[in-house]
Amino acid sequence: MFDIDRWQEIFQALNKNKLRTALSGFTIAFAILLFTLLFGVGNGLKHTFEKQFAGDATNSVYINSGRTTKPYKGLQSGRRIQYRNDDMKFINEKFEDKIQFFSPNIQRNMQVIYKGEQNRYNVRGVYPDYQPLESAVIQDGRFLTYLDLERRSKVVAIGRLVEKDLFGNKHALGKNINIEGISYKVVGVFNDPGGDNDERYIYTPFTTFQGMYKPNDELDYIGLTFNPKLTVDQALAFTNSLTKLLKEKHSVDPRDQGAIRVRNYAEGTKNVEQFMGVLNIIILFIGIGTLVAGIIGISNIMVYIVKERTKELGIRKALGATPKSIVGMIMMESIFVTAIAGYSGLLLGVFALESLGDSLEKYFILNPSVETYVVVGATIVLVIAGTIAGYIPAKRAASIKPIVALNDE
Amino acid sequence: MIKIEKLHKSYPIGKDSLHVLKGLDLHIKEGEFVSIMGSSGSGKSTLLNIVGLLDNHDAGNYYLNGQLIENLDEKKAAILRNKFLGFVFQSFNLINYKSALENVALPLYYQGMGRKERQKIALQYLDKVGIADWANHLPSELSGGQKQRVAIARALVTKPKVVLADEPTGALDSTTSHSVMELLKEINREGMTVFVITHEEDIAEETDRIVRLKDGVIISDEKTLKKSKA
Repeated sequence: MFDIDRWQEIFQALNKNKLRTALSGFTIAFAILLFTLLFGVGNGLKHTFEKQFAGDATNSVYINSGRTTKPYKGLQSGRRIQYRNDDMKFINEKFEDKIQFFSPNIQRNMQVIYKGEQNRYNVRGVYPDYQPLESAVIQDGRFLTYLDLERRSKVVAIGRLVEKDLFGNKHALGKNINIEGISYKVVGVFNDPGGDNDERYIYTPFTTFQGMYKPNDELDYIGLTFNPKLTVDQALAFTNSLTKLLKEKHSVDPRDQGAIRVRNYAEGTKNVEQFMGVLNIIILFIGIGTLVAGIIGISNIMVYIVKERTKELGIRKALGATPKSIVGMIMMESIFVTAIAGYSGLLLGVFALESLGDSLEKYFILNPSVETYVVVGATIVLVIAGTIAGYIPAKRAASIKPIVALNDE
Repeated sequence: MIKIEKLHKSYPIGKDSLHVLKGLDLHIKEGEFVSIMGSSGSGKSTLLNIVGLLDNHDAGNYYLNGQLIENLDEKKAAILRNKFLGFVFQSFNLINYKSALENVALPLYYQGMGRKERQKIALQYLDKVGIADWANHLPSELSGGQKQRVAIARALVTKPKVVLADEPTGALDSTTSHSVMELLKEINREGMTVFVITHEEDIAEETDRIVRLKDGVIISDEKTLKKSKA
């Protein structure tokens, strides 16, 4: 298969016809470069968009309560609905297979002191599952554990900005902070892609907090994430039936919108996904457009090249070249040139994107980049297009009578 | 070597067709030095193209080296051309980006010969036509006579049965023409069948046999009187 002589013949033809080689190479390299850049910038837009919506887990559901607005079953309106530990048990039992993470929440705004520094923060009593719910990322130490819950430990995980406010540049890990007269040990520091507000929370074990600040077994609200295997519609059905059951349990009129409030992020996610879908289509359109332009470009050049070589091909035929060897020669030349040029265009494009980095963040372009398989695929498509575009005229040139080819000026 | 019986060929021109060769009979034996004479439009180039397997005929029989030529596809034609025929064209038809040596070696490449060997043989043939010193020059750096010598070396390099020359001196001045004809004669003296097409009387006079063609038919076929022929 590999024939040194044949390659020498090809290298010579390419080398001695630099303009021709450069022309076809440039077309391919430029098409791939453009493709990579446009696709990369499109992806950058997508990344920005994704980041804007990255605050919380996109499959999260928050269950809040309020006052009833309608009288029901002999009960007056204006009654406050209070969730208790048995509501947690109830939800978990009813919807076990639909729930991924689950945590109750008690939240209070409290005075927090460390040495000379003090500030007010929202302190939340939660389960360890609250971490994935908030998409919090631990940067130091750990989050809360079930052992903390069991022992009702006085420990806290604090946001990055809490650490910054109270400790300055020092590490908070292992230190004790004073929350309204009670000392808690800092076991972890987290950051949160959701932004500054989410990084000013302090988390403490639910049991610890409930025991200290809530009468009996009351809690404020419940957060959970539904099983990611559920489709958006299934997730919405799940929260609808959850709402219905909770209303029944608390004797709330099914039409009452105020007392039991279940907020499902899936609804928002659905819109986000639709928008992303449109963005993807636009990017795809740009990509395909560039590719088509490249294909047309390389096809034109291949047709021109073969036309220009008609006489040479005639001479070769008169000297004993078979049609197959003529077609083979042109094919190999074109594959060789387009592959090399495509690869360099690819490298150039990826390098350009790399060096752009996040410098265009102002223009909503974040981390512009292209998946390797996409650019490699695009390069292969162009190489194949160049080959086919070369094959058709090559085949024709190889099959015309040598005498016609020889007379071609 | 070449035997033609009742050869016909016409070309379509628009809706009509132009009958170029009207039943030619010609027999050329091995080792002959034949010229085809005729004014332009007499069909002589068409005849050469058919003999050279560059074009096909419509009717009649054509035997090359005893083999009947019929239903030839491009591949078979290419192999036969490579094996039996050497071409010399009026416009030289050298590949302009290849050196003289590479041009001469090209037919051997299509025979599948190795690079070293074919360059060695090509150089021998360039030497034979007297321009070994110009082996590494491009055609654009050679004079017309030198180009034609390269073309002749290329025609000979595969040791063909017949050398077909289409107006080999058409683009050359008379002195150069003469020396090119001398070269062809020398090749013929070594036993090669040489088939020249020309419209110049004095060129034809240098061959052993002149076939005159007019309007697609042979009007005369005679041996030339040569003092040198013993």
